[in-house]
Amino acid sequence: MALFKLTVNGKERQVDVEADTPLLWVLRDSLHLVGTKYGCGVAQCGACTVHMNGAAVRSCILPVSAVKSPITTIEGLSENGDHPVQQAWDEVDVPQCGYCQAGQMMTAAAFLKTNPKPTLEEVASAMHGNLCRCGAYHRIREAVLVASKKK
Amino acid sequence: MESTQQHTSRRDFLKWSTFTAGGLVLGFKWSGAEAQTAEVFAAAPSAAPVAMNHYLSIGTDGIVTIFSPNPELGQNILTSFPMIVADELDADWKQVKVLQAPFDKRFDRQLTGGSGAVPHSWPLLRKAGATARAMLIAAAAKRWGVPESECTASDSFVIHTPSGKKLGYGELATEAAAIPVPTTVKLKDKKDFKLIGTAVKNVANKDILTGKPLYGLDFYREGMLYAMIQRPPSFGTKVKSFDATAVKAMPGIIDVVQTQNGVAVVGKSTWQVMKAKKALKITYEKSGNIESSADHDRIFLEQLDHGKAVVKRQDGDVEAAFKNAAKVVKKDYQCPFLPHNPLEPMNFFAHVKEDGVELVGPCQIPGSARTAVSKLLNIPEDKITLELTRLGGGFGRRLYNDYVVEAAEVSSLVKAPVKLIWSREDDMMGGTYRSAMRYRFEAALDDKGNMIGYKLRGVGMNDNNTTREHNFPSGAIDNLLIETINNPTPITTGAWRAPVTNFLAYAEQAFIDEVAQAAGKDPVEFRLELLEKVKAKPVGRTDYNVNRMIDVTKRVAERSGWGKKKGVFQGFSVYYSHRSYVAQVAEVVLEKGKPVVKKIYAVADCGQVVNLGGAQQQVMGGIVDGMGHALYGKFTFKEGAAEQNNFHNYRLIRMKEIPEIDLFFVDSGFDPTGLGEPALPPTGGAVANAIFKATGKRMYSQPFLETDVFTSTSGKKTF
Repeated sequence: MALFKLTVNGKERQVDVEADTPLLWVLRDSLHLVGTKYGCGVAQCGACTVHMNGAAVRSCILPVSAVKSPITTIEGLSENGDHPVQQAWDEVDVPQCGYCQAGQMMTAAAFLKTNPKPTLEEVASAMHGNLCRCGAYHRIREAVLVASKKK
Repeated sequence: MESTQQHTSRRDFLKWSTFTAGGLVLGFKWSGAEAQTAEVFAAAPSAAPVAMNHYLSIGTDGIVTIFSPNPELGQNILTSFPMIVADELDADWKQVKVLQAPFDKRFDRQLTGGSGAVPHSWPLLRKAGATARAMLIAAAAKRWGVPESECTASDSFVIHTPSGKKLGYGELATEAAAIPVPTTVKLKDKKDFKLIGTAVKNVANKDILTGKPLYGLDFYREGMLYAMIQRPPSFGTKVKSFDATAVKAMPGIIDVVQTQNGVAVVGKSTWQVMKAKKALKITYEKSGNIESSADHDRIFLEQLDHGKAVVKRQDGDVEAAFKNAAKVVKKDYQCPFLPHNPLEPMNFFAHVKEDGVELVGPCQIPGSARTAVSKLLNIPEDKITLELTRLGGGFGRRLYNDYVVEAAEVSSLVKAPVKLIWSREDDMMGGTYRSAMRYRFEAALDDKGNMIGYKLRGVGMNDNNTTREHNFPSGAIDNLLIETINNPTPITTGAWRAPVTNFLAYAEQAFIDEVAQAAGKDPVEFRLELLEKVKAKPVGRTDYNVNRMIDVTKRVAERSGWGKKKGVFQGFSVYYSHRSYVAQVAEVVLEKGKPVVKKIYAVADCGQVVNLGGAQQQVMGGIVDGMGHALYGKFTFKEGAAEQNNFHNYRLIRMKEIPEIDLFFVDSGFDPTGLGEPALPPTGGAVANAIFKATGKRMYSQPFLETDVFTSTSGKKTF
């Protein structure tokens, strides 16, 4: 066990865990930020996606010892749940079971920063790594496009 | 509109109900499990929900609260149920609130499965809303001293039409509670629905989109421990012995205990337990047959050729029909076992205490979960509470309560509150799969291309009911024989979204397509001929409404421009399941010589659509699910163990692979029928038939991607 300092959603946090503990389990078990989900543990489903220094990363394979930059989770994506992506997700009424949606939105938010006006095909490529077992892909894709049209 | 997850004890739940004090509380219950009459009665708020199946309250603040008992796994029941009540009540939707109820055996049909919740509860929910509305109108009329007939209701107000006076529901709630509950109330004409049939957003959106702890895996209780179980990786084996010395010394590990299903590691955090589980040294011994997929392939053929079948249906003289046939078509279709893979893996919280058991988590039939825990621990059911969390998908997996029992067992052994978690690997290798099946279809055609005989023999791995013998094409063929064979295997199986029909529909619709080809007829025309025959004079029993079947068939042909398009290859399929009718046309193009599904037209008759947005999600999600598993769902066994164990070697459909979907709901005038499942079964057949048009190759097994259409063109697979 060792002490690690992290910046999560703008706050300094300190956790006492083993160095190989994936960020996902630090967030969920140590910090009780459970919006970030476990789906596969091998970076294949995207449910655990968070931002590190603004870029989308898979927290399930990222050891806490490798986290050197600020982390943003779904709980910190916006103060009032009104990030353009969250607004778009609500407007398009995306969620079914909803379990994958935090990861989907984190991927989308990071993607739109690098490509603010994507085409439908670019959205599909960017979101291809995130599984939705309910098959809500049509609405997810539409919501990314709707978000891209917001300020 | 908002939703609230109730994370409360039973005691808190009763207390919660008293917040409606002073308002109107209506309890309503069924008189029998499948009865079509419901009793609605006024109740003292403090007594709620005693003897109620659902309930509805209107507070003095005008807030309408509806208690929804059914587990929510993405079928959107938390939104659909209150919509039905609110419409009949003429409530302002913004002032409606829905609460997820904990398990209570007094609730009616508190389960999610069989696409049955809305069809079952539809008349009850309507009557509840209409009853409350009538009582509010009576209360207003009494206060104003006017006849009730001069009053109407809209947007949570009662309005006196001649004078234009109005009173809000909150102001009337207490007086309404004193009005005798009417025994008969008039329900709305369907044309007067305001909410029903429109698209209403998921009431849990805000919580979901901001990452609130809604799911079982998110549940946390101070002092709880985390547990995982290493189960035997091979079916047909059991734990012989294990050495936990090293594991017990690992950081955070509290205990290692043997359970009925394997060896449980209990510790202070998920990651510590995950690591420790991998370090366990366990030896296994044989306890049953140890099978590989090659064995299953062989067993299927042996059973189809020589197995002892149970006859499910027999019409006419099948042997004579085949003897007299001008042409016979005989084909086998096979599918693998499939894991459900809800994205939230299995998990449950259990705390076995001196005086009872507390259970919290995601399951589809909480009643049977509680019974199973009661049996295991020999603790009376009334000492066991079960709170439902939101479910991160189900697909049938959470109809089985093995993981609930495991949680209770581990908590009992370590005498502590425990959250039991399955990893994805546990989930995929842990059984309760869709059964592998193989069907043999035979059709006899006369010299005019009429189907005069039909045989279906199905073999299911741990499935003694592989057929739907009163579905189409039964009723259309004079001489017919339908048989089923169960082949026991240690590989555990269970219901998977649209049980049996998730594969049977594809096999049957692909086969009928091939029979149409042999008959020299257009596939749609061929089916319509059979359906017209049923309409004129059905042979024996038919469970489907032939007019609705014909209607969706004709509509999808028209919408898709069936047979008139150039540059795309179309395949047709139609299926009746869970009381609904869905016809589909899939469109395939060839890209670099390989078929790609570009578009699917779907026409669904599910009776009255309740929430248009939710209904679209169920159908589109069902199509994506059906297409994905038909194309990609490869799941094999080697020496008793699943060879695919996570998403790097088990392929699920992803965004770039989805087709455009054109969806149309038929306004057939019927009450709502099922919708969580019926769109999935026809998809595989439509896609298979379109692939045939494009390539000339029939798809006889799933996944399609393993067939030579996909593997031979470039010499390598696309995955």
